[in-house]
Amino acid sequence: MLLFVEQTLNGLQFGLLLFLLAAGLTLVFGIMDLVNLAHGSFYMLGAYFAATFTALTGHFIGGVVLALIATLMVGMAVEVIAIRRLYGRDHLDHVLGTFGLLLFFNELVRLIWGPAGMNLTLPSWLNTSIELMPGVYYSMYRLSIIVVALVVALVLYLVVMRTRIGMLIRAGASNREMIGALGINIKLLFTFVFGAGAALAGLAGLMQAAILTAQIGMGENILILAFVVIIIGGIGSIRGAFIASILVGLIDTVGRAFLSDVLKLFLSNAAASTAGPALSSMLIYLVMAVILVMRPEGLFPAASK
Amino acid sequence: MRKAFTLRNIVVAALLVMLALVPVYSQATGDVFLMTLFTRIVILAMAAVSLNLIMGFGGMVSFGHAAYLGIGGYVVGILAYEGVGSGFVQWPLAVIISALFALIIGALSLRTRGVYFIMITLAFAQMIYYVGVSLDRYGADDGLTIYRRSDFAGLINLSNKTVFYYVCVTLLFATIYGVWRLVNSRFGMVIQGARSNERRMRAIGVPTYRYRLTCFVIAGAICGLAGVLLANQADFVSPAIMHWTRSGDLIVMAVLGGMGSVAGPVLGAVALLVLEEALSGITEYWQIILGPMLLAIVLYARGGIEGLLRGGRHD
Repeated sequence: MLLFVEQTLNGLQFGLLLFLLAAGLTLVFGIMDLVNLAHGSFYMLGAYFAATFTALTGHFIGGVVLALIATLMVGMAVEVIAIRRLYGRDHLDHVLGTFGLLLFFNELVRLIWGPAGMNLTLPSWLNTSIELMPGVYYSMYRLSIIVVALVVALVLYLVVMRTRIGMLIRAGASNREMIGALGINIKLLFTFVFGAGAALAGLAGLMQAAILTAQIGMGENILILAFVVIIIGGIGSIRGAFIASILVGLIDTVGRAFLSDVLKLFLSNAAASTAGPALSSMLIYLVMAVILVMRPEGLFPAASK
Repeated sequence: MRKAFTLRNIVVAALLVMLALVPVYSQATGDVFLMTLFTRIVILAMAAVSLNLIMGFGGMVSFGHAAYLGIGGYVVGILAYEGVGSGFVQWPLAVIISALFALIIGALSLRTRGVYFIMITLAFAQMIYYVGVSLDRYGADDGLTIYRRSDFAGLINLSNKTVFYYVCVTLLFATIYGVWRLVNSRFGMVIQGARSNERRMRAIGVPTYRYRLTCFVIAGAICGLAGVLLANQADFVSPAIMHWTRSGDLIVMAVLGGMGSVAGPVLGAVALLVLEEALSGITEYWQIILGPMLLAIVLYARGGIEGLLRGGRHD
């Protein structure tokens, strides 16, 4: 029971982390119609920046804030230099171009920080456990990830749905020329949205870096999961991304923890311990395939499409 | 009819002649590494040509094409491990099993469109990848060493580097010719028609789903054969050959070379892999050059290398 509570919370935490990554991806994808394979690079940069700035300043929160600003700046610079020229092109051009960016950033990180990973050390107040229920302890840090991500999700929802900027973003998604004709600087707006997406990815990366280490290529496998999330959720839908992230996070984490045990009820021990890990790695892809076969546009297709 | 002596056609023809002459050059200079490199290039070019059949001509962007490399490779590896060394069994079986997987994956994936199609093909490839990772009996993560290459009753000795190279080149040329015949046939017209306007094709009474599925299966089967060759070349097969980045590489090869022609991806495969070799000779950090180069090609040379050769215009 305790294990189940803990694994469920871990699943929730992983799902919310995925959401931060998927939110930026789906904004860029849904609004600018851009497939960005380099999104995972911002996740990686966020982790490296945070580790570096925390070590330099000796202050965790300060390092995190600096890292977020730095990732935002890099994201905006990449948009202005490269991404801007890719809008309106074929999806395949996006794949090839952003694949190039991904290679570039991986190598840049290797060049600057070297091939070994980097650790982000937690301050003592985060590096403890907290008693959730009598007898149920949970990592303070993982809990804070859940809280931060929920707050970010709420703010993002409010910004996109309730503010003037959000209105422009949504309008830009359905008709870019019209917004431009109204005298809005659509170029600047897109640069800002892309940068914000990068910063969200950076936030996810730096939070993950304190659990694992900052590594080259760390964004690649999780990027695929983030794509899975936005496809299941429906491209361009923040709400869909949110629900799908939590779904994927829970299925993945809980599946890994318990699927082998469940299989043992039906199969021999040996068969279950062979099939369990394979099946739990495949689980989310299986779910995605089933969902797409049933609902080819995802669970919550964005209304405008 | 298109003109035969365009710059593009001359370059492609020169490239194919060059590919055929690699062993001669390699023997003259004693450069054995060149043979190994080019055997690999020829095999991956074959996979890229098969991907381009569905992607360039059919508009079906599969992000899981490397799965068939893996399936073809594993059929050879597993049969060899279980004592079935005959190529007469291994090769046809690998092609048939790849085709079967393509049939299942295609039948389900073709219900979706566009980006959703890209992602569902990726999902199936990831599932197969994880099956590979969990095959404990056959090496799991570490892969499976193949101690004997496919045996053709003494008729062809695949362990001989030159012979093996020419087998690969022959199969690549056969693939190019076969795909070229296919896309210029009535079948190919339907496939290309369904890419530009599927609804119209259906309205004139063509069952596009069946045509597209058939095309998908053919591409899977060819790629499975490339997987057979790859396993024989490396004497080894591991889940890594079907990792999603490998599928990404195949897409990059096809787009880089140019999807407008059957042989375009061969240009892409040669360019990408030779560039990788050359740059890694210059600096340890060669991807820092390759990455921006790929980006620049997308930005300034639409239609890939092939598009450049045609005068930089993309239609």
